[in-house]
Amino acid sequence: MDLAQVLTDGLRAATGVPAIAYALAVIGLNVHFGYTGLFNIGQIGFLAAGAYGAGISANLWGWPFWAAIVAGVVCAVILGLLLGLPALRLRAEYLAIVTISASEIIRITVRSTSVESVTGGPSGIGRWASSFYRINPIPEGDYGFLGIAIDQRKAWVMLVGWSLVALAVLVTWLLVRSPWGRVLRSIRDDEDAARSLGKNVYVFKVQSLVYGGVLGALAGLLIAIDANYTTPGEYQTVFTFYMYVALILGGIGRILGPVVGAMLFWFLLQASDTLLRQLITDDSLLGGVIEQRDIGSVRLAFVGLGLMLLVIFRPQGLLGGRAPGKAR
Amino acid sequence: MTTDLARRLVTGAMGVLLALLAVLLSSPGAHAQEGDPAPAEVAVFGVLEDSEHGPVEGAEIEALLGEEPVGTATSDADGQWRIVLPGPGTYRVRIDPSTLPEDVTLRDPDRSELPNVRVLEGRDKRVNFALGERVVRSGADSPRPPSGNRVVTRLWTGLVVGMVIALSSIGLSLVFGTTKLVNFAHGEMVTFGALVTWYFSSGTVGPGWSVIVAGVVGVALGGVFGAVQDRALWRPLLDRRTDLISMMIVSIGLAMLMRYTYTVLFGNSVRPLREYAAQAPWQWGPLVLRPKQLVVLLLGVGVVALYALVLQRTRLGTAIRAVSDNRDLAESSGIDVRRVVTIVWVAGSALAALGGISYATLYGVEWDIGFRLLLPIFAAVVLGGIGTAYGPLVGGLAIGLVSELSTLWVPAEFKFAWALFGLILLLLVRPQGLLGRPERIG
Amino acid sequence: MSASPAAAALAGVAPRPGVPKPDPLLVVDGVTRTFGGLTAVDVDHVEVQRGTITALIGPNGAGKTTFFNLLTGFDRPQTGTWSFDGEAIHQLRAHEVARRGMVRTFQLTKVLADMTVLDNMLLAAQQHPGERFFGALLPARWRSQEQANEQRARELLDKVGLAPKADDKAGELSGGQRKLLEMARALMVEPKLVMLDEPMAGVNPALTQSLLGHITALRDEGRSVLFVEHDMEVVHSISDWVIVMAEGRVIAEGPPAHVTADPTVVDAYLGTAHRIDPELEP
Repeated sequence: MDLAQVLTDGLRAATGVPAIAYALAVIGLNVHFGYTGLFNIGQIGFLAAGAYGAGISANLWGWPFWAAIVAGVVCAVILGLLLGLPALRLRAEYLAIVTISASEIIRITVRSTSVESVTGGPSGIGRWASSFYRINPIPEGDYGFLGIAIDQRKAWVMLVGWSLVALAVLVTWLLVRSPWGRVLRSIRDDEDAARSLGKNVYVFKVQSLVYGGVLGALAGLLIAIDANYTTPGEYQTVFTFYMYVALILGGIGRILGPVVGAMLFWFLLQASDTLLRQLITDDSLLGGVIEQRDIGSVRLAFVGLGLMLLVIFRPQGLLGGRAPGKAR
Repeated sequence: MTTDLARRLVTGAMGVLLALLAVLLSSPGAHAQEGDPAPAEVAVFGVLEDSEHGPVEGAEIEALLGEEPVGTATSDADGQWRIVLPGPGTYRVRIDPSTLPEDVTLRDPDRSELPNVRVLEGRDKRVNFALGERVVRSGADSPRPPSGNRVVTRLWTGLVVGMVIALSSIGLSLVFGTTKLVNFAHGEMVTFGALVTWYFSSGTVGPGWSVIVAGVVGVALGGVFGAVQDRALWRPLLDRRTDLISMMIVSIGLAMLMRYTYTVLFGNSVRPLREYAAQAPWQWGPLVLRPKQLVVLLLGVGVVALYALVLQRTRLGTAIRAVSDNRDLAESSGIDVRRVVTIVWVAGSALAALGGISYATLYGVEWDIGFRLLLPIFAAVVLGGIGTAYGPLVGGLAIGLVSELSTLWVPAEFKFAWALFGLILLLLVRPQGLLGRPERIG
Repeated sequence: MSASPAAAALAGVAPRPGVPKPDPLLVVDGVTRTFGGLTAVDVDHVEVQRGTITALIGPNGAGKTTFFNLLTGFDRPQTGTWSFDGEAIHQLRAHEVARRGMVRTFQLTKVLADMTVLDNMLLAAQQHPGERFFGALLPARWRSQEQANEQRARELLDKVGLAPKADDKAGELSGGQRKLLEMARALMVEPKLVMLDEPMAGVNPALTQSLLGHITALRDEGRSVLFVEHDMEVVHSISDWVIVMAEGRVIAEGPPAHVTADPTVVDAYLGTAHRIDPELEP
């Protein structure tokens, strides 16, 4: 068993694009759920909106790269407004159903073959982000840290990505400790009390939804830019649940919770993958029970189990966040 | 409290794990049944169907990594084909149009190759080669008006699918009514019924009993599993006064745990049940149907009638409705709330299993049938109204009909999307559903 | 009974249900609210005099809290209109009503338990530039307002004796302290009419006197108070006018002494354990 390899792989995942994207998306989810109390389980829909909004604008309408990015963000804003209308007057369980239904509708639509001319169907929209790499200031070569090797393209994506995360953390921090953030927290605590003090609860909820959604769009854009491809497979409904794992793991309602949670989640996901593969090839006990191709599913089963255990035994996560809901 | 909870959880988990191990160890990997020569990793697969011709047999598909061929496959009588790949990556998959039957052509002759098929680890990748005429052309032609035959058949299919959804919905409605929990793992109980039935009826992996016997076993085990969940997981959480959102998240985690365990045990592909998979169709005038559809429909009607009867005419039913209305009040009226809740879990899970078995006889067994049905089930429950006797039936049939009929005008992929869209609209306008009493949803 | 301007203004008003007042702040017309077959509220006409302390009493289930909910926009009536300070507000939503200066507290206190006492107070401040999304991003724009608000909040907390608790979570307060916080919070809004739903419920007797003092002080500052109460001693001691509801209707109005002697009122209370008139007690 090569522990160094396990750790390196884990570290690569924890610092790489999936973790960065999740960090952004979960910062947004933290605003929705952690600060405003909106049980949004369709966050992946915002990622899809960003990636497809940009991809479609770039490839179908020939928009330049930056305009496409803006289009992606605008799509997320529109989705937030649309979702806001029905969803924000509903109780938590109904809001959950609406948000997951919406993300599922988006998923079905973008991967369908009938609108393939627009969305690229199951294959997706390719090669629309090349401009991003053309402006890469990092000279060609291999870079690395702690045993991880990356080329200048990856370095550029990671640089931009982590800068975005830093910016998102800063802006969110500013918002949360402002009077606007105070109103959000009051909505989470007791909407009627907030109303009795003259707060237009509905408007604040929409603003929260749109802000968190835009962060989700940025996450989706990053994923698409990294692959230079918008593929429907990256925006499946289940991924929102992984985000919740990351959110709870880091600590709900803590500013850095999403970043810590996302990195730790991806570390564990990748490290367990490497570990399992090693254990299976080593012809140990596991080899007879599960096979190579089962590894992905085994890991995800453990993600599900982990989520249960987390919520039941350590809902405050690593940084001591709030519990997911209010005690009855 | 936590020690008690931990103990119950561990006991329950051990029980489930033991059962799983038993299945695992008795069958040297379900994959073995397929006759794969070596431990394979991931695959691309697909189904070739022509809208007029039906399943296409004998077509040849090839997968390449760059310039190197890695495998080929020929589509079988059901149009199914599968190529095992050496690992995850980006492949080229192409079909040889000359191997298609005479009257079948690729929809887009220039797209005989898909150059960018990304295959992720642990997940077989489904690849689509579109054949024949598109049902609806964008712009140029207007959609063909549905012929009498097609409408009737769709109506029929809608009823049947609707009945399956209705059966599966009763459990969710009951649990939501009595415990206020939206159980995201409910879909996995549906799949559970299908998987257990498949296992016990399978001659190669299991004892090879008749599907009906296996089905009964499936329903029974479904009920048992429901009781285990109640005792080991949900009751302790409810006793701890865990908030609703946390419990929903727990159910989401449980759903993932179950679903991916199913994948490991059962694999990625669709498998028909040993019996009743292919049935000669009957023709009644404009209607073409298969006997199993009729059986499912009649069975469903019977079960739903029984459910309504119990809910409205028996003491148990009154107790259930009382608990749904006001748990504390019911308790102080002398109703044993915990017993009622356990019964609800057993019945609901058993019915979900029955729904899964019905689905499996119609469409075959797959690891995620329940997950795919989950949102339509939610839609049916909300549409019909929580806690009403005929709500699940009305809701289920409505969802079934809407989704099937929509395929007359719109591509089949969007079948359930319409139902979900309708759900969102419904929650906007009439949250209590068609039959429910108005209550605050916000 | 006080010899305040309030009492003076009401001196000539006849004690019957629906009687018009010389300077009404709140005028209610034809409000009905039914739940299924049950009529919870059916008020023909009632007016609340500006600058007075008006008590709203009645047996349990009389519809007082429902009436509060309707007037403040937390519930929608089947019929009815009402105006506040001359403006028709019956179509407004809850937060719009609050912004007009009609602020209510809740029977079961709704302090924001996860937030500090000070945050509860700061939330109540109106027209804060920091509460706008884009404004929030520029702290310079709302810093000074926030500081002014904080000062005012601390003063109010001091007045009700909650100053030492300012940085504690509101969820840690006792029942009586929560009532005080809700009242102080309502004052932060600078309301014209303070609507208190059972302000004494659950408050220990030692605290009651100081609470009464605060309510009287409100009126002396020029604000109006409408409060729901069961304790007749309380009603007697501070109210300028009393409105009696039973089974959703207003059955009597008048100065406290008159109302408690009214046979209609006594009838409505028959069967409850309340002391109707402390002086008539055997």
